[in-house]
Amino acid sequence: MTEKIVAQYKKFIRRRVWFMGITVLLLIGFAGLALVSGSADTSFSSLLRVISGNGEPFSSQIILSIRLPRVIGAVLAGTALAVSGAVIQSLLKNPLASPFTLGISGAAAFGAAFAIIFLGAGSGYSSPADAAIINNPYVVTVSAFIWSLVSVVVILLLSKYKGATPEIIILSGIIISSLFGAGISAMQYFSDDVQLAAIVFWTFGDMGRATWRETLIMTAVLVPVMAFFLQQSWNYKSLQSGDEYARSLGVNVTRVRLTGMVAASLATAVVVSFFGVIAFVGLVVPHIVRRIIGSDEHFVIPASALFGGAFLLLSDTLARTAMAPVIMPVGILTSFIGAPLFLFLLIRGMKR
Amino acid sequence: MKISISNISFSYNGTPTLSDIDFGIEKGDLVALVGPNGSGKSTLIKCMNGILKPYQGTIFINEKTLSDFTPVELAKEMAYIPQNENRNASMNVFDMVLLGRKPYINWKPSEHDLAITGEIIEALHIGHLAMRPFNKLSGGQQQTVYIARALAQEPDILLLDEPTSNLDMQHQLEVLELLKSFTRKGLTVIIALHDINLAARYANKMMMLKSGRVFAAGTTEIINETNIENLFGIKVKIIKDDGDLFVIPKGLKQEKQV
Repeated sequence: MTEKIVAQYKKFIRRRVWFMGITVLLLIGFAGLALVSGSADTSFSSLLRVISGNGEPFSSQIILSIRLPRVIGAVLAGTALAVSGAVIQSLLKNPLASPFTLGISGAAAFGAAFAIIFLGAGSGYSSPADAAIINNPYVVTVSAFIWSLVSVVVILLLSKYKGATPEIIILSGIIISSLFGAGISAMQYFSDDVQLAAIVFWTFGDMGRATWRETLIMTAVLVPVMAFFLQQSWNYKSLQSGDEYARSLGVNVTRVRLTGMVAASLATAVVVSFFGVIAFVGLVVPHIVRRIIGSDEHFVIPASALFGGAFLLLSDTLARTAMAPVIMPVGILTSFIGAPLFLFLLIRGMKR
Repeated sequence: MKISISNISFSYNGTPTLSDIDFGIEKGDLVALVGPNGSGKSTLIKCMNGILKPYQGTIFINEKTLSDFTPVELAKEMAYIPQNENRNASMNVFDMVLLGRKPYINWKPSEHDLAITGEIIEALHIGHLAMRPFNKLSGGQQQTVYIARALAQEPDILLLDEPTSNLDMQHQLEVLELLKSFTRKGLTVIIALHDINLAARYANKMMMLKSGRVFAAGTTEIINETNIENLFGIKVKIIKDDGDLFVIPKGLKQEKQV
């Protein structure tokens, strides 16, 4: 009988592993699709030739130098945002929480704009490919991270109050967002044309800025953050039953919550500083994942990572091909998908 | 596992909640903490578990003090079932019980962790619920799952805060019978209880708390009309039947007319 119970559970776990396996396959499929679609004509067969090392110079150039960094950038950004969202939802026990709805993304965008205007991280010329060239990505990222911590501190202080319901926390997140939005508007008002263009681009997330340099920096930040989240997943799981119970299991609740929030905002800040605000990925993806595999952080974290990557990659491919030749920033598309879901979650929360 | 509570005092933001608590508990005891609302029962349990730190006094477990244990070491000695837990957790029962193995788990649960979880689920007769979501269970089933989860910690001491407050009479008795049966195997159980009759029936030791002080402590002999009347401010009649004690409330104690 005991063996039967354990076997049942293992079967249940295998379903979760299967889900992750299928997501990996989807991710590979979407990557192939993204590499061949676009304004320049490339086919699957030319993609295969490029992979095997004897592609035509033109398609090799397009696929390896333009599309591949963008694909990897989209996957990494989707992973970072989705995992941050999943972790933040667990840490705050708040189904509406995500980097965007808590104002962390907005604060990071402000920090990035701040670095361009006041810290001289953006240079004063533009190129046909982008409105502004960021010649010092480290300064932009660090500034985005530091400003994102401002909103994390406010959220953590607020969530200490007993009366702070999930809705009130989200409301404060929206207030923080609009405050930083006002800050960005103020900087726009005092900036010159090129800086203005750069800041405007920040407010809709766009994968067009992805180059090999960005993907390398993102990987360097994301790998340790992911390892940390996976190592902490049982701590996050214990929080589901309440802080006092988690403490009785030997979990240092304050430290777990603080380090988790800082790591999540670091991941968010890196994405925002490179690609701008991509809304709702961190909210939508963990919800879909939890609905499919159940609410167990040990699996929700890696599954959200994979699913988030696949989700943003597909969204970006749709955004740049659906209205061709117009390339739409992916942040606009994710907002169209995410905002109705957010409203739905809010209404469902009110009924509870 | 022997516990000595030595001269504990605790205050919440300057308001004294516990003063000079002294008590000794032996291995296999079933201790009931009784007293009116706000008398400090929950606070005492949290102090024993290291969740709250008393500003004065020490708690000894065998010969070691609480602060000699790391939080994880303590979690292997002592399990705690809080009064107000999030009963909306959507994880399934097996996952919930497996959570009790947390102090032993680093990256992922081992085969041994899964086996123990399965054994406990079976021993408590909740095998048929193992894959059901926790938030869809009845109050009695949820309480059994909490006890299973606490046992998965393989503790020597079990602390429970009002485990029976949401249960019907049958489930109240079931929970206490279950706890009593564990004490025969050497588990030490400490329960904060509102129901003095349940305490009288199952506990072998009792501490009465009033306004954060020990009002009376000892065996269930301390349940007498004077003590109960002064502790709760009510008039009672106590009936003895076959060695069982029954406390029957007769109404509020009238203030003396001057």
